[in-house]
Amino acid sequence: MEVEAARLIGAGLAAIGAGAAAIGVGYIWGSFLQGALRNPEAANGEQARLYIGFAVTELLGLIAAVIGFILLFG
Amino acid sequence: MAQEEGGGGIDPMHQFQIEPMFGSWDPAGGSLAFTNSTLWMVFALVAVWLFMLGGMRRELVPGRWQMAVESVTGFIDDLLARNIGPEGKKYVPYIFTIFIFILFANLLGLAPVGVFGMHPFTVTSHILITGVMAIISFGIVLVVGFWRHKHRFFTLFVPHGTPLPMVPLLFVIELVSFLVRPFSLALRLFIAMTAGHVLLKVFASFFIQGMNAGPEMGLLVSLPSLLLMLFVSALEILICVIQAYVFALLSALYINDAVNLH
Repeated sequence: MEVEAARLIGAGLAAIGAGAAAIGVGYIWGSFLQGALRNPEAANGEQARLYIGFAVTELLGLIAAVIGFILLFG
Repeated sequence: MAQEEGGGGIDPMHQFQIEPMFGSWDPAGGSLAFTNSTLWMVFALVAVWLFMLGGMRRELVPGRWQMAVESVTGFIDDLLARNIGPEGKKYVPYIFTIFIFILFANLLGLAPVGVFGMHPFTVTSHILITGVMAIISFGIVLVVGFWRHKHRFFTLFVPHGTPLPMVPLLFVIELVSFLVRPFSLALRLFIAMTAGHVLLKVFASFFIQGMNAGPEMGLLVSLPSLLLMLFVSALEILICVIQAYVFALLSALYINDAVNLH
């Protein structure tokens, strides 16, 4: 039963990674919005870069979610 | 979907099970079957076909449907023109195919047909499907890169102006980051879809269990989880579109590396 408990605790700890990635994604969108409000004309041209940054950051949170899934269901 | 486990829980992973629909044919130890995954891929194909058929009438004054189709094709065309340049025209069919297939497969997986007893299945929630698409993207990058630049393709791994002592180290780092690309491409789509659907099923199970536990528990648990589920469903639709866009965008950027050798 101790192994089972450790697995569940580990899955819970893995969820911290998702929260950390949420901070990163929020920072990216917040910074974009800040820049876009200061210079709205340049905002449209930077949208591709915004999504690349979003995708790269989000991936780390998703990897944390994978570890949680593996611990819970694997 | 409401599969009873021990303790009356609802198994949120049951929705991802692949089951043969009409039995399977097993030649030489393998297994060939028309599964629910195949069925929903056929649905995606039919939906894309109908969508495109409505936009191919070549009217002089485009109607609403044609405008919708043209805005999607124009969007992909613009994406490639901005990220690859004039040579991007050649890759429009591939990127467009991958974008619209992922988009329709994602959205059909969210279709509320469970009410009629059909279980919606998200094709892109399996790493097998997304992995094959990522490998195709990666294969195009390799073939185009080596075809156009021969051995000079390896200069992709050494950024301009690198001091000589740093070259071996940077080469290894860039090579690893290059080789990880197909995995990250496949993993992103597959996990985003899986996690979103699990989240929806978990909230749905909260709703059902809250209702079963009596009226005051229903008001306390079921109502908030129903509202949250509405919000998460809207978010899921947004995620479906964003993930399809990100897959197309990253494929385009990787192809840009092969075409233009930054």
